[in-house]
Amino acid sequence: MEFVWTAVKALLVVVGLLTAFAYMTLVERRLLARFQHRLGPNRVGPMGLLQPLADAIKSIFKEDITVREADRLVYLLAPLISITFALVAFGLIPFGPEGAFFGLDPWVLDIDMGILYLFAVSEMAVYGVFLAGWASNSKYSLLGSLRSAAALVSYELGLGISLLAPVILVGSLNLREIVEWQAQNGWLILWQFPAFLVFTIATMAEAARTPFDLPEAEQELVSGYNTEYSSIKWALFQMAEYVHLITASALIPTLFLGGWHAPAFLPDIPFLWLFVKMALFLFLFIWIRATWFRLRYDQLMRFSWGVLLPVALVWFVVTAAWVVFKGGVA
Amino acid sequence: MSPVTEYINILIYLGVALFIGVAALLAGALLGPKRPRPTKLMPYESGNDPIGRVERYPVHFYVVAMLFIIFDVEVAFLWPYAVNAGPLGVGGLIAVIVFVGIVMAGFVYEWLKGVMKWD
Repeated sequence: MEFVWTAVKALLVVVGLLTAFAYMTLVERRLLARFQHRLGPNRVGPMGLLQPLADAIKSIFKEDITVREADRLVYLLAPLISITFALVAFGLIPFGPEGAFFGLDPWVLDIDMGILYLFAVSEMAVYGVFLAGWASNSKYSLLGSLRSAAALVSYELGLGISLLAPVILVGSLNLREIVEWQAQNGWLILWQFPAFLVFTIATMAEAARTPFDLPEAEQELVSGYNTEYSSIKWALFQMAEYVHLITASALIPTLFLGGWHAPAFLPDIPFLWLFVKMALFLFLFIWIRATWFRLRYDQLMRFSWGVLLPVALVWFVVTAAWVVFKGGVA
Repeated sequence: MSPVTEYINILIYLGVALFIGVAALLAGALLGPKRPRPTKLMPYESGNDPIGRVERYPVHFYVVAMLFIIFDVEVAFLWPYAVNAGPLGVGGLIAVIVFVGIVMAGFVYEWLKGVMKWD
């Protein structure tokens, strides 16, 4: 019976994420338009609210082309891998206390290896990208995918090392316990600001957002690893990218901004506060996209290896020394 | 320790996500026109047949992947320390600083060798 509820919750989360993805595309287009003093899509439905639906129907009914000489099985598997492992990461995030979801727990998974699990599934995104480039049998796709994969693994390091320091303070890898620790001792962003910065920058790179969006740089290398994909397969790659973005915008508050707990002395309302924080971060990501230029590929790699990684490692050692000599949190 | 049921939940979740993905692919495969044309199935090159084969690519990517593996192993060593940093005390701290120092020496070496220079 318990497993049935898990399946129901997982289905809800997955469908919710797909809906969120669809509307994120709309929100992003509208906001980008606002940043540039124009209106954005507002013709399909009231305020453009049916635009995502129109896009979805269009991409399902387009012809599904498999390129000549493509590796058929891998060509089909790549988008599937991308989307599956993008969806799977979200289930860890706690949206409230136990039993807040109509008597059920407001999370799908609650494992003590939470953070390691997150890294495992986000590494799988690299497979999706790389296999897509390889299976297309096109040199542009291959080069685009290699670049994307190299960038992804480079920033994955920044991601991992930046999270070591908060874990030293909390002493647990379980996301729920990290949130509770913050409720007791104050938000981790106050204790761990450098880690927060590195983690946020690295997640932006992981979700392939500007300034790190080389994988989908439309003017360079013919748009990267999904050059040869059409209709639903292409849509699945886009979907995976946006799901990564939504997951990132939920993860950052969960890890550094007190999770579902209310800021200051406002009442704790499950779901509400985390959604507010997610919206803030999504807005921030879109704002950055509208404002900033893109890094060149060599700058991108140098920034990851030369800046993020040393900063995160030094900060890890500093935190460890602090915990050892101060004996934990004051 | 989480109970084993939590790990079974991961499998259930994976199953659900996979099901949704397969359903989407099926919908895309069944709906829509099917009119393959030789020109349509060509790899991208603005309508020309692509020149050259897809086989060799810069060795940079191999280097990056290798470095990533090394540093990921380092991070894998650091996780257990991070969870138990307080109880391990000063001895643990010294050990970790030595370990990170050795790996960072390797990092500085490759940096000065110019591995990250893309030109």
